[in-house]
Amino acid sequence: MIEALMNYEFLQNAVFSGMIIGIIAPLLGVFIVVRRLSLIADALSHVTLAGIAGSLYLSQTFSALALLNPIYLGIVASVGGSMLIERLRRLYKHYEELAIPIIMSGGLGISAIFISLASGFNTDLMSYLFGSVSAVSRQDFAVIAAIAIIVFIFLSIFFKELFVLSFDEEYAKASGLPAKWIHLLFMIVVALVIAASMRIVGILLVSSLMTLPVAAAMRLARGFKEAILYSIIFGELSVVIGLVSAFYLNLAPGGTIVVTSIVILLIVILAKKLFVQFSAKGV
Amino acid sequence: MTKTIIELKNVSFQYDYTQVLKNISFRVEEGDFLALLGPNGSGKSTLLKLILGLLKPMSGEIELFGKSAGNFKNREMIGYVSQKSNAFNSGFPATVQEVVKSGLTKKTGLLKRLPKDREERISSALKAVGMEQFAKRNIGQLSGGQQQRVFIARALVAEPKLLILDEPTVGIDHENVQAFYDMLAKLNEEQNITMILVTHDVDTVSNRISHVACLNQTIHFHGYKNDFDAISQDELDAWYGHAVRKIH
Repeated sequence: MIEALMNYEFLQNAVFSGMIIGIIAPLLGVFIVVRRLSLIADALSHVTLAGIAGSLYLSQTFSALALLNPIYLGIVASVGGSMLIERLRRLYKHYEELAIPIIMSGGLGISAIFISLASGFNTDLMSYLFGSVSAVSRQDFAVIAAIAIIVFIFLSIFFKELFVLSFDEEYAKASGLPAKWIHLLFMIVVALVIAASMRIVGILLVSSLMTLPVAAAMRLARGFKEAILYSIIFGELSVVIGLVSAFYLNLAPGGTIVVTSIVILLIVILAKKLFVQFSAKGV
Repeated sequence: MTKTIIELKNVSFQYDYTQVLKNISFRVEEGDFLALLGPNGSGKSTLLKLILGLLKPMSGEIELFGKSAGNFKNREMIGYVSQKSNAFNSGFPATVQEVVKSGLTKKTGLLKRLPKDREERISSALKAVGMEQFAKRNIGQLSGGQQQRVFIARALVAEPKLLILDEPTVGIDHENVQAFYDMLAKLNEEQNITMILVTHDVDTVSNRISHVACLNQTIHFHGYKNDFDAISQDELDAWYGHAVRKIH
């Protein structure tokens, strides 16, 4: 694969994009999981699909838009969806989770309409649903790299504020942090990362890369920084192993990446259990 | 002359159509240790939220450190410790040290790095609450009383002038409650931190406080603890509409 990586641009795009996503998705994922927003990532990925399907339909229908990269409309839909979720969460204060099925089904519904309007982008669509090793363009890679830079800038400014907000929202508000604005910015950055990740892992599996490595990390970590470090290690491992096996076995990388991260999760759960039993006996 | 830390003038508040607080006026001076007593639904938590700036009064005025609450920017001067039960989810991956460090966030401000002496500040805050040996432990592994001490340390690390505690001993074993109040009294005396404490443990807290305020929609009594002791039981019952235990 190393030789192929040197020779084929498409493979370089996929591997480098994958490695970036393997860092930023679990990095934001830690905040998503501890703030109990895991399902929101899922809802947003379905909204992203609506943007992708809409874009594919537009390119098919209007020849002027034939070269439009679907990632742009995907980003627009995802960011728009994140703001809508926030509106709905505030509207249904006591049933915040209601926003998730509303946005999720809305996203899928719109996607279904665009998909049936334009018959014939099946292969393309499959690569967006489950990821692809071969379909990542230079342009996609550039967009993903730009989003990674935005994530790092955002976190370097708001890391300590996000920690307070995640740990104890009431305390954050009482100490006068602009909780609402920080949360809104956070949701927008999450939407961007979802749009970036879907090229590699696919829309249906994006949220898994944000949650599974974190789930494994939380079994091991005592502190927050540790949780972030382990999440990134597990995320990166999943992406690399997943991409390599997808390349050799000719499978959708979304599938191999997610299965790898589930295997990692199971190993961690088992190892922790054995360790606890072993040390209990030792005492 | 002592400094006025909090002053409320004719403050009223209502949720939708329910009047919660009516014409509340009182003053808290520097160094006071005030116990705020009142039955459930008397508006204690609402009053704290007004002081913390989480809610705005419908009418009346609140002054904090001599400034109108609306314009008061130095929120880090006020430390807040809520009931443990609704404060955080216990599976959160954070060490005691990380939790205490988060108390410096507001004081430091956006775009700025935490101060260089943060490690010393964190360890001295943990020392003040007797938790220094737990710095590296996961917060979820501690007992309720220990967690509550960590939250006090989180408030102390920003060097507050006023500490507001909303039923901090809910969910703490009875034998640890005494030690917890001893620690608060020590902070009040040694660091001259003004305290407002909402509590039901009237018996336990009675020999540590300086002032008492009785709240049920409106302030029925506010004054020195000794004057409060002189109030007859019948009078108290009339304020609250039912029998309450008195401090002895």
